[in-house]
Parts: sequence; C-alpha cells; structure tokens
Amino acid sequence: MVGKRIVAIASGGGHWQQLMLLRPAFEHYTVHFVTTMNGLPEKFDAQPASIVPDCNRNKPFTAIYSALAITFEMFKRRPHVVISTGALPGVIGLAVGRLLGARTIWIDSVANGEEMSMSGNLARPFAGLWLTQWETVAEQSGAEFVGRVI
Amino acid sequence: MIFATVGTQLPFDRLVAALDQLARDWTEELIIQTGPTRLRLENATAYPTLEPDRFDEFVESARLLISHAGIGSVLTAMTCRKPLIVVPRRMALAEHRNDHQLATARQLENRSGIYVAWQISDLPDLLNEPNLIPLEPSNAAQIDPLIRRIRGFIS
Repeated sequence: MVGKRIVAIASGGGHWQQLMLLRPAFEHYTVHFVTTMNGLPEKFDAQPASIVPDCNRNKPFTAIYSALAITFEMFKRRPHVVISTGALPGVIGLAVGRLLGARTIWIDSVANGEEMSMSGNLARPFAGLWLTQWETVAEQSGAEFVGRVI
Repeated sequence: MIFATVGTQLPFDRLVAALDQLARDWTEELIIQTGPTRLRLENATAYPTLEPDRFDEFVESARLLISHAGIGSVLTAMTCRKPLIVVPRRMALAEHRNDHQLATARQLENRSGIYVAWQISDLPDLLNEPNLIPLEPSNAAQIDPLIRRIRGFIS
C-alpha cells in the first residue's frame, strides 16, 4: 500500500494552499507534487515536486504548452492516484491520469461557494471522486460534499 | 504596518489605487503586492510579486491584511491569525473571469475575523475600526471528514 504512487497537482495560490491542507489524506504514500509557481514546494516542504507552466482559458497557447508538460509528468510518474484541488492544470492532470488507469480525485476549490467551477465541470468526466466543499453546490451539481478546508 | 495583496495573476487596480490614495493620510506604513499593474504608487511601498519568504515576513509583521477575496489570501490570514479585509473582484469591471470572489465573500462574510468591503467606499470605515478581530485557523470539524473521505477512496 505504501508503494502507491500519488500525483498531487494544483495551480499556485489558493488551489495549492488547499492541497497542502489536505496532505494528511495522502502523505503516507509516495507523493509527487506538481504546481505552477517556483518556490512553492520548497516553502511548504512538499517534495519531490515539478513545476509546470500555468494555464487558464484566457491563454490558449500557454494552455497547450502546459498540457504537454503535465502529460509528460504523468507519463513519467505513472501514478496510481491523481488528486487535484484545481484549477485547469489539475483537470489536465486528472484526464491524463485517468487515461493511464489512475484513480482520480477532484476537490473543487472552496472559492466556489455558489456553483461548481468551470474547471470542476470540465474535470467531472475524469474524476472517480468528485467533491465540492459546499452543500448547496453539491445539491445543484450532483457532486459529493463531506467537508471543507476552512 | 498594513500589508495588502491582490494575488499575482491579474491586475486589481481599483483596490491598489484606492489604498494608495488612503495611505496618503496615514502614518502607518502600507506595503502592497500589486500583481501586474501600470500604476505608479505614491504613498505605498509596491512590489509586483514577492518571493514566498518575503511575502511571509510581511504577513507576519502586519497588524492587518487587506486582499482580494481569494482563498489563498484567506488561508494565509487564517494561518497567521490576522484580521483580514477583503474586496471581491468583479467580473463586470474585468477584474476576474467570473464572479466567484463575490460568492466567496458572501460565504465568508459572517466569519469572525473577515471583513468584507463590498465597495471601495466601505474601506475607510473598516480601516478606522479600532478592534479588528484576527481570523482563526481552519475548523477541524470541517476539514477532518474531507480528509477521511479522500483517504478512504485512495486505500
């Protein structure tokens, strides 16, 4: 069990901070972290880690570059489980992970208190476990709610 | 010292400019992580982005934090137990891709230690408030079930 490989992926900022708060859920496995901001893994002592270019839907070309980098990471790590708190880089991570046979977990950001995020909706088909952090969003989207990070 | 941050991804000049204006009449130092901006600040010390260590130093020594309604900023204030004033970014003003910061602010408005300035004009009153309460760290009763659910799914 301890040999299970996990990729934990989140963009820098709030998404990453939420992933860090959830570490007790998976840190006893072999974890590889992926994020978008230099210095973050060191700051949170979250290693080993890789940095990939950030992407959002306003920057389609960077998104392609980012998707390639994330795909490369996934092939390299061959995770049994992929876990993400968002945003778009996490969706790509889940999609590629799923393709490689990994179990996948999406935790929609606690920032989305009234509706599922766009990334969350994109992640849905690739997520084995699809979580929101708000009851009302669960009712409206069909995602599961069990708790939140704040 | 007051430390303000609007994240590093998108400009939030409405808040940055307003704070710089307000700081003209302060004796207290104001430091702002401005993100991308073309503004030239006159009264505040501005940094477009800060290295994580430097960022933490400013947070630690601040009496009060002011930020956009981003979860990263909220979690930072929680971790460091500082009072936090948030100003939500608005899609209508091209400050974000959608209005999730308004949702965040509505969800967190009643939590002690978080003060929402819905409009820039709400800021002066909040800043004059003498007894701002620090934000308390995350509630284990909320996060523990989430951690257990993820752990169960993995194993």
